[in-house]
Amino acid sequence: MLNITTNDKKVQAQSEKRELAKRLQAEINRMQGLGNIRGEVKAGFAPFSSAFPGNVFPTGAIHEFISYEPADAASTSGFMAALGGLFMKDGGLCVWVGNGTKVFPSALSHFGLGPDRIVFINASAQRDLLWIIEETLKCEGITLVVGEIKELGFTESRRLQLAVERSGVTGLVHRHKPRSENAVACTSRWKITSRPSIVYDDLPGMGYSCWDVELLKVRNGRPGSWQIGWSGDGFVPAGRQPVADSSIFERQAG
Amino acid sequence: MSRYASIWFPFLLAEYAARKNPVLREVPFVFASPQRGRMVIDSVNLLAMDKGIRPGMVLADCKAIMPGLEMVKTEPGRNKKLLHALAGWCIRYTPFVAVDLPDGLIFDTTGCTHLWGSEIAYLENIKTKLAVYGYTVRTAIADTIGAAWAVAHFGHSPVVKSGGQFAALRDLPPAALRLDPSVLVRLEKLGLRRIDSFIGMPRHALRRRFGQALPSRIDQVLGHKIELAVPVKPVEPYQERLCSIEPIASATGISIALRQLLQALCVRFENESLGLRQAVFKAYRVDGDVQQIEIGTGHSSRNPAHLFKLFEHKISTLEPALGFELFVLEAPKVEAVTQEQAVIWNASTQDDLKVAELLDRVAARTGPDSVSRYLPAEHYWPERSVKKAEPLWEKPVSGWRSGSPRPIHLLACPESVEVTAVVPDYPPLFFRYKNKLYSVVKSDGPERIEQEWWLADGFYRDYYCVEDENGARYWLFRLGPYDKEQPKWFIHGFFA
Repeated sequence: MLNITTNDKKVQAQSEKRELAKRLQAEINRMQGLGNIRGEVKAGFAPFSSAFPGNVFPTGAIHEFISYEPADAASTSGFMAALGGLFMKDGGLCVWVGNGTKVFPSALSHFGLGPDRIVFINASAQRDLLWIIEETLKCEGITLVVGEIKELGFTESRRLQLAVERSGVTGLVHRHKPRSENAVACTSRWKITSRPSIVYDDLPGMGYSCWDVELLKVRNGRPGSWQIGWSGDGFVPAGRQPVADSSIFERQAG
Repeated sequence: MSRYASIWFPFLLAEYAARKNPVLREVPFVFASPQRGRMVIDSVNLLAMDKGIRPGMVLADCKAIMPGLEMVKTEPGRNKKLLHALAGWCIRYTPFVAVDLPDGLIFDTTGCTHLWGSEIAYLENIKTKLAVYGYTVRTAIADTIGAAWAVAHFGHSPVVKSGGQFAALRDLPPAALRLDPSVLVRLEKLGLRRIDSFIGMPRHALRRRFGQALPSRIDQVLGHKIELAVPVKPVEPYQERLCSIEPIASATGISIALRQLLQALCVRFENESLGLRQAVFKAYRVDGDVQQIEIGTGHSSRNPAHLFKLFEHKISTLEPALGFELFVLEAPKVEAVTQEQAVIWNASTQDDLKVAELLDRVAARTGPDSVSRYLPAEHYWPERSVKKAEPLWEKPVSGWRSGSPRPIHLLACPESVEVTAVVPDYPPLFFRYKNKLYSVVKSDGPERIEQEWWLADGFYRDYYCVEDENGARYWLFRLGPYDKEQPKWFIHGFFA
């Protein structure tokens, strides 16, 4: 009788310990910028959440994207806009820092990112770009910062990381044609490439945008890769046939 | 070479009184004030002057000469007020108008007279314009203030040629040099009744006999010595000045001055619930050079720390050399503080302010054009379908068009591609872009977008969305129809 009680107690103590460890880990994650500082986990991130520690897609962190081809750069922009749309579902302001006016605002609403809630900042010099990205990441009034920059050194990325750890702003850094894929202090590294679009059975024409999403590096998590598309209001797995969406047949003219 | 005009109102007060009270136009009258127990005449009108009445005479004597003489009590300070009002009116002739008490104005006419044709026409214009208001004026233009004054009061031809001061002054009386009455009396006693009779004398001799005033006046008239006049500029409504006792040559000193000025200006804004949109910081160097730096804000601000940050990195562009002696901060553009932008992205006012200040700092560093926000424009033509929000937080008047697909990366300028396509309306089978061949697997289109003929000439575009075998998606168009010539194809964007 006595034995059983001690056993029970042992089990209970162990589970308590586990709980505590879990809580502490979550706390550490949060402090490292891997948690979700701004509150609840958003449902739209579901496909990717499992790769991150604590099954939480980290906000208040820097995600690095790398692309080489112009078409892949467009895919990356689309993917970033889709993520941005999810981040800013409850309002907020996005700052898109780039070195050219390439992004076409009209297309962004398709990815759930209201084009008039974005402030575009253009700069040509690398120093200016870095300064702007760091300053915007420091500003708590901004929800999301997209930075298009070619090169990013380790020290610079560390500065950006420190900035977001304090402010809780999410940063997406897009590096098009970098000289080398050097190590940076970002939470994750992604590579987005386009893959054939998802189409209905035998319908002609182009379908949903579809991407090969590779998560190459993730701090304390499991890298992975997904084939995923964007249906206009959420991510859809590429393998499955999409459910017919009546709205697509009722496109407005013009 | 600077040119100055002197405008003399010989009957300033009398004509002003006649303007107020037309009855006085027809009668001889004088202004008098009590001095040492008797009434002394200060100024007269033309009719009284014709009867031999002069300023400085005793009123009782004049009444004896002319029993019908009217007397008006002199209002102290009236002429100063009047001259200031006239100077404000004269800003139309030159931005630099100074008051020359008791009864004149000084203009810096450098670079102004050619707008009226010539210097004579310029002076004639002033004369006729003022005559409409009932003022008689005598005018002159010369290289120095002293020479212009002398010729206006005593000379004959109103325009003194550049460098011709000496010739113009030689036969004028010594009073033309603006000397004290005591000096004039002594000159008269010695029989020196014309300027040329003593202007050639050694300076030290003149100084010993007549004091420092005479040689320095001569130097001023001839242009050997600078004479300063204080302009009555229209006062900048939001302006702060800071004079320094010692010239300031260090960046630290300049930033302290700037901080003080911003602090003072922001306190004023706080009281009037206004904010600054544009500011100019002027630094006056010891050698007369004026340098300035400017900032603009996207959102009216009265936070001195923030405004200082905007100025901060521009301070290094100032060149102090031997130092600055005066700093002026002006706010040419001022607006009421509003909170309208917070509404656009539903954030708190606190956050809103932070973002506005951040964007100002960015704009100060990379130029005001680098920060932009886009709104939908009512055009189908892709290049015209978005417009810059002006001001930055302008609200959209129409929604974003979502019907037809648009590429996420749009090339600023469509680039030519070689295409193999089936006529007339089929999408391309292959296209070559930057020496690389792409074969089209899937496609959508065409979407025809007509050139807006009221804005520009040119063919319509037939847009196709195409996808190659790797899944990369492109936006191509054909310019115009298949006609005698092969139409050209272009790539205009990349889909996500």
